[in-house]
Amino acid sequence: MTGNEAMAESAVRSGCQFYAGYPITPQNELTAYMAKRMPEEKRVFIQAESELAAINMVYGASAVGRRAMTSSSSPGISLKQEGISYLAGSELPAVIINVVRGGPGLGNIASAQSDYFQATRGGGHGDYYTPVLAPAGVQEASELVSCAFDLADFYRTPVLILADAIVGQMMEPVTLKAQSAAKQRGLAKGGRTAHSARKDWALGKKKKKPQNIIRSLFIKEGALEAHNQKLLTKWNKIKSQQQRHSTYKIKDADYLIVAYGSQARIVQAAVDSLRKEKIKVGLFRPISLWPYPVKALKRAAKGVKKILVVEQSLGQMVEDVKLTLATKNIYFMGRAGGGIPQETEIINWIKKNL
Amino acid sequence: MKIIYDLPKSLKKVPAHYCPGCGHGIVHRLVAQVVDELNLGKKIIGVAPVGCAVLAYDYWNFDVSEAAHGRALAVATGIKRCLPDNFVFTYQGDGDLASIGLAETIHTANRGENITCVFINNACYGMTGGQMAPTTLLGQKTATTPKGRESEKKEGWPLQISDIIAGLKGVSFVARSSVSNPARVKQTYGYIKQAFGKQIDKKGFSLVEVLSPCPTIWQKTPYKAGRWVEEKMSKVFPLGIIKK
Repeated sequence: MTGNEAMAESAVRSGCQFYAGYPITPQNELTAYMAKRMPEEKRVFIQAESELAAINMVYGASAVGRRAMTSSSSPGISLKQEGISYLAGSELPAVIINVVRGGPGLGNIASAQSDYFQATRGGGHGDYYTPVLAPAGVQEASELVSCAFDLADFYRTPVLILADAIVGQMMEPVTLKAQSAAKQRGLAKGGRTAHSARKDWALGKKKKKPQNIIRSLFIKEGALEAHNQKLLTKWNKIKSQQQRHSTYKIKDADYLIVAYGSQARIVQAAVDSLRKEKIKVGLFRPISLWPYPVKALKRAAKGVKKILVVEQSLGQMVEDVKLTLATKNIYFMGRAGGGIPQETEIINWIKKNL
Repeated sequence: MKIIYDLPKSLKKVPAHYCPGCGHGIVHRLVAQVVDELNLGKKIIGVAPVGCAVLAYDYWNFDVSEAAHGRALAVATGIKRCLPDNFVFTYQGDGDLASIGLAETIHTANRGENITCVFINNACYGMTGGQMAPTTLLGQKTATTPKGRESEKKEGWPLQISDIIAGLKGVSFVARSSVSNPARVKQTYGYIKQAFGKQIDKKGFSLVEVLSPCPTIWQKTPYKAGRWVEEKMSKVFPLGIIKK
């Protein structure tokens, strides 16, 4: 399966009841898959008239307690940012997949990691964050989609999947799970089973209260500040509970390379090559880009001589590495616009900088 | 003693924040009355616009979602497709429905979504201080047309959005009325009830446009604002059923 198809099937198996999308390359396989698959399950698929409409349809579906998802690629995600801000403000769960392509503007349709800032800093207007999960392969993409639905329901927040075009387009064998794969700490029972039955805040349900309201408007003096403080408490909770990462050969590493998504796969190959030459290199791969896995990165970086951050961008995640470690031995290698830092480039850099 | 006139159950007993002479309070009441009469209280979900009426949920006693500016019909589509047996309506102004949300309006209508839209046309952006709306009349002075709206090669003509929507196949009912005098209020009530009935009968998209006075922005007394609706607005936007 391609990453796009695996994410779509995983969404179906995670109980996604509503999907709306709009065509954009390189995520079209995902929308096409949902167009076929959702009606089979008697669930809702809509090709919306725009990305704006799609994200707001998701808002409506989420407001009535349904698991809802949309997907797009970079320029389309920019259009959805208004809606994501409203989802965050109204505390509505939703899953948004960004199969990232080159930018700015229309850019191109090649793989890129240049939406990191947009994804990890809220993206739309107002003080908010969204959890961001970055898969490095097809299997992980399918698992993280499932996890994203659980996180979204548990914390009542939109959750982003940041998959670069390579992850979306490449084909790999995948074992799909029937049920939620997320067993991470912090996911209580409510998170795993939270379908509409438990969402007593949702519209259109039989309830004791005469009225439920979905809102992000808090016009009375002090009301918005109080709401923002409540959201801050939630972000802090997510920060402490949902940091995810993986490591490769870091135990005795003198040199640490930090990379995520498809780029981490290339780095892993470089690590293997360098290890054959007895150069002690390891890979640290953030899986949650927000919250950034600061605790684990601090541990992994202890005692290493140099840290190289490799990205398919001109240098975005490297800022989080610098913020986390606040040391001077952090270096950056990156290419944008469809350029991908190659295995040999990484090997050469490490050898030159021993 | 027989009570012949009372507040509908679907309307809260609270003072409204709307300006004197504003049409919102009347239309809120008409919607609530129809909701009661059709016994929709437990099934109804409203979608509020961006504008003065965003606080409609402070007056209605049923479930309401906000929507981003112009996106009410997209939100309503998401709701209705998930809960087809619930009753879903949007309440939107002219800027919301006919300008920033034009794509959502046209496409929701064209898909024949079984949703009802109550469309308040006051020929201006009221809440933001009276800028030109797509429905502003020619010659009408607004904050952004200080010399009056000019048509050709400038601001164009008042957009006949209801007539455009009526031409789409997915649409079951379109009517235009006003709330400028008691007879018109009664007519509006009748149209809202008919439009709601179309949704109950699963006939597709229905819309009621209400010409509604905005005395504060128009700088008229409530009485004169009502007269202006009758003498000026109703000439540009003729009242009656457009599609049945």
